[in-house]
Amino acid sequence: MKQPIMRTNRLNLWYGETHALKDVTLDMPEHQITALIGPSGCGKSTFLKTLDRMNELIPSVRIQGEVLYRGKNIFDAQMDVTSLRRYVGMVFQKPNPFPMSIYDNIAYGPRTHGIRGKGELDALVERSLRNAAIWDEVKDRLKKSALSLSGGQQQRICIARALAVEPDVLLMDEATSALDPISTSKIEDLMADLKQSYTIVIVTHNMQQAARVSDRCAFFLHGELVESNGTEQMFSMPKDKRTEDYITGRFG
Amino acid sequence: MERLSFQRRFYGKILRGTLYLCGGLTCAVLSFLIAYVLYRGLRGITWELLTTQRSIINKTNGILPNILNTLYIILLSMGIVLPLGVGAAVYLTEYASNHRMVALIEFATEILTGIPSIIFGLVGMLFFGQLLGLSYGILAGGLTLVVMILPTIVRTTQESLKTVPQSYREGALGLGAGKWRMVRTVVLPSAIDGIVTGCILSVGRIVGESAALLFTAGMGVALHGFWEALNSSSATLSVALYAYVNEYANVDVAMAIAAVLMLITLAINLTAAQMSRRFKREQEGAR
Amino acid sequence: MDHEFVRGAGKKLPHQTIHAVGRQAASIGQTVRPKRLLRESLEHTMSTVFFLCGFLAVACVLFISIYLILSGLPAIWEIGVRDFLFGDTWDGQGRKFGILPFLLTSVAGTGGAVLIGVPVGVLTAIFLSKMANPRTVTVLRAAVSLLAGIPSVVYGLVGMVVLVPAIQRLFSLPSGANLLSAVVVLAIMILPSIINVSETALRAVPKEYEEASLALGATYTETVFRVSLPAARSGVATAIVLGVGRAIGEAMAIIMVSGNVPNLPASPFTPVQFLTTAIASEMNYAAFGSLWRQALFSIGLVLFLFIVMINVILNTFIKHKRER
Repeated sequence: MKQPIMRTNRLNLWYGETHALKDVTLDMPEHQITALIGPSGCGKSTFLKTLDRMNELIPSVRIQGEVLYRGKNIFDAQMDVTSLRRYVGMVFQKPNPFPMSIYDNIAYGPRTHGIRGKGELDALVERSLRNAAIWDEVKDRLKKSALSLSGGQQQRICIARALAVEPDVLLMDEATSALDPISTSKIEDLMADLKQSYTIVIVTHNMQQAARVSDRCAFFLHGELVESNGTEQMFSMPKDKRTEDYITGRFG
Repeated sequence: MERLSFQRRFYGKILRGTLYLCGGLTCAVLSFLIAYVLYRGLRGITWELLTTQRSIINKTNGILPNILNTLYIILLSMGIVLPLGVGAAVYLTEYASNHRMVALIEFATEILTGIPSIIFGLVGMLFFGQLLGLSYGILAGGLTLVVMILPTIVRTTQESLKTVPQSYREGALGLGAGKWRMVRTVVLPSAIDGIVTGCILSVGRIVGESAALLFTAGMGVALHGFWEALNSSSATLSVALYAYVNEYANVDVAMAIAAVLMLITLAINLTAAQMSRRFKREQEGAR
Repeated sequence: MDHEFVRGAGKKLPHQTIHAVGRQAASIGQTVRPKRLLRESLEHTMSTVFFLCGFLAVACVLFISIYLILSGLPAIWEIGVRDFLFGDTWDGQGRKFGILPFLLTSVAGTGGAVLIGVPVGVLTAIFLSKMANPRTVTVLRAAVSLLAGIPSVVYGLVGMVVLVPAIQRLFSLPSGANLLSAVVVLAIMILPSIINVSETALRAVPKEYEEASLALGATYTETVFRVSLPAARSGVATAIVLGVGRAIGEAMAIIMVSGNVPNLPASPFTPVQFLTTAIASEMNYAAFGSLWRQALFSIGLVLFLFIVMINVILNTFIKHKRER
């Protein structure tokens, strides 16, 4: 097993009175795809959002425990949340391109982080779009609004946008759930390519997808991490009865 | 991991500072305006001011006639504009079948809502005064205001009629109700909150109006009964404020009137807010 | 309310069903029930009444425009379009009717007011929708709607009593009633509509945009200025055009602070007269039937056309945005 780039240590999270994550300890190794699975409401999305501190946008959230990114606790006072998010990028469930041109969407992140040079930006935009496997579809209309694209294209724009800040870890929250099968398979292929250079953590309710794309799997239930293991082991011989029940489709 | 660059932190601070500055500036202007008017005006509001009329012999500066005129003109114009405007809105949304015509009319009313009141004053003076031969008074002024407010009432009513779910209408018609029955029992009751809010805002606009009334209702400050006021020059509170500044050079009375107007505006705003809160609660209760 | 509807419908249901059957029966010439006849004639009457209301409303709208054009044209005709629009001297008694001073003053005054009012208003709207805590928002918003409701004469009065002397002293001028005072008053008057419209637009920006920007490592302030504000730009543009419309049509607030002299707006300290205040202040002096009085109607027409133009721009602008 490779060195974990992100690891949580006894992570607890409450929404007001609701205890949404209970003592979750999980390693996410470098250059691998970790899939978080479980029935809806089990805390997998909450867990993912905690990894780049997006949960803090909700007022009543309380968090206990550690999340370590390359050995540093992300809740430390010295940790700057904006640079954390630069290194730990996120792709959301619903494609959410800005109402700007495709080019400006991709260039948004780099510009935010101080890259202004036209040539540098052009190269970065092209590289990101290529990496997100959408360059050929949009190269002739970079100045068109990103909202004119189809849902699957929009989602790949969002992935390209996340790649353009050159993150270390990419979090994908049910990134294909709103898409058609063809777009979904394109994005799944993309994930397999991307893990050469990035570490990916995905949330999915689609077990086949988890089985297809992930190297490791973590099964959540009622805010608890029931089991985590290599995907093959987990799907062939789950250790926990509840995991087995879920994988074989007995609930959820 | 590196910290946010100095440049970004610096710009962030500046922008944030500007935002707070602007918020603060708006606050300051507002509080100053309100405080100043109330401070200078409230001490001028005496029993005598509210219950007498201006008289050089008695040396009184009462605004009773202007308070009454304001009430008269509200009654008259709302009495006409409300049925007319609501009726027109109902026609446009529920009855009219020519959609291009409706779109055209909506465009026209939208343009009319943006026309400055001085233009309404001008047209009112020309039409009601010169052409129909009405003299300065509540009637000419009130009719002018009817024309001025009509688009607003039509628009706000239409907006709230459009929010009534189509399923309500289908439900009523499906039960065999006629159109009027459907409008009366289902559509209007569901749209009543928007109509009421529109009315309150219109009353506010009437109270504050001056430019449209200068040459239609006139600047007279003598005490009249309702029927007499219809065709004798009668200044509402806002016009009286202008008259006291411009004709009688009495800033203290003008300030007192300003304070009265401020209090009325406050009351109207509170009522409107209260209303929309109540309607919201009722709607939530019904769900 | 729909509760009431459901109750009423339930009660009427059996009767209405019979009624519907009855209608079919009547069409082949059988029983005609007087009650039904009454109801049908009521339906008919009401639809006529509503039609009349609609007709009257439209008539009013048409009528204003036509009447204004008819009464504004003769003077322009007599004076000549060029002399009227570009003549730089206005003297009612001397029969000189060039409205260039009014036109330029209105443009300069509105421009100045927008220049001050829009940044302050939009930034305040950002503050209200993105930064302020809920209690500040409640208080500030109530204050803004009060500001919107205060009659324009009150603004004029406070401007006259406070602002005019202050400007006179500050710049040691012979009189503080000038273009600058009018601009400041107008800027304050257009604040509420700019704040309200921009705030609504800013609040309507989907949360996903902001989340996406934050997730890319932008700070909250950067997100607000680089994502939320651009996403709300059509709302902000609407606010600006509304502000322009309101400023250009305002009369009574600035009549007390602008000095009322038909000068060209050479500097901020020139006493000036606007299109609106020219009408308001001279109407009482111009004799009935005189060219002077008719020229004032023509000013009204010019103002009307200005406003219609702004509204058309606003409309096409919004539609254009929607299509994109």
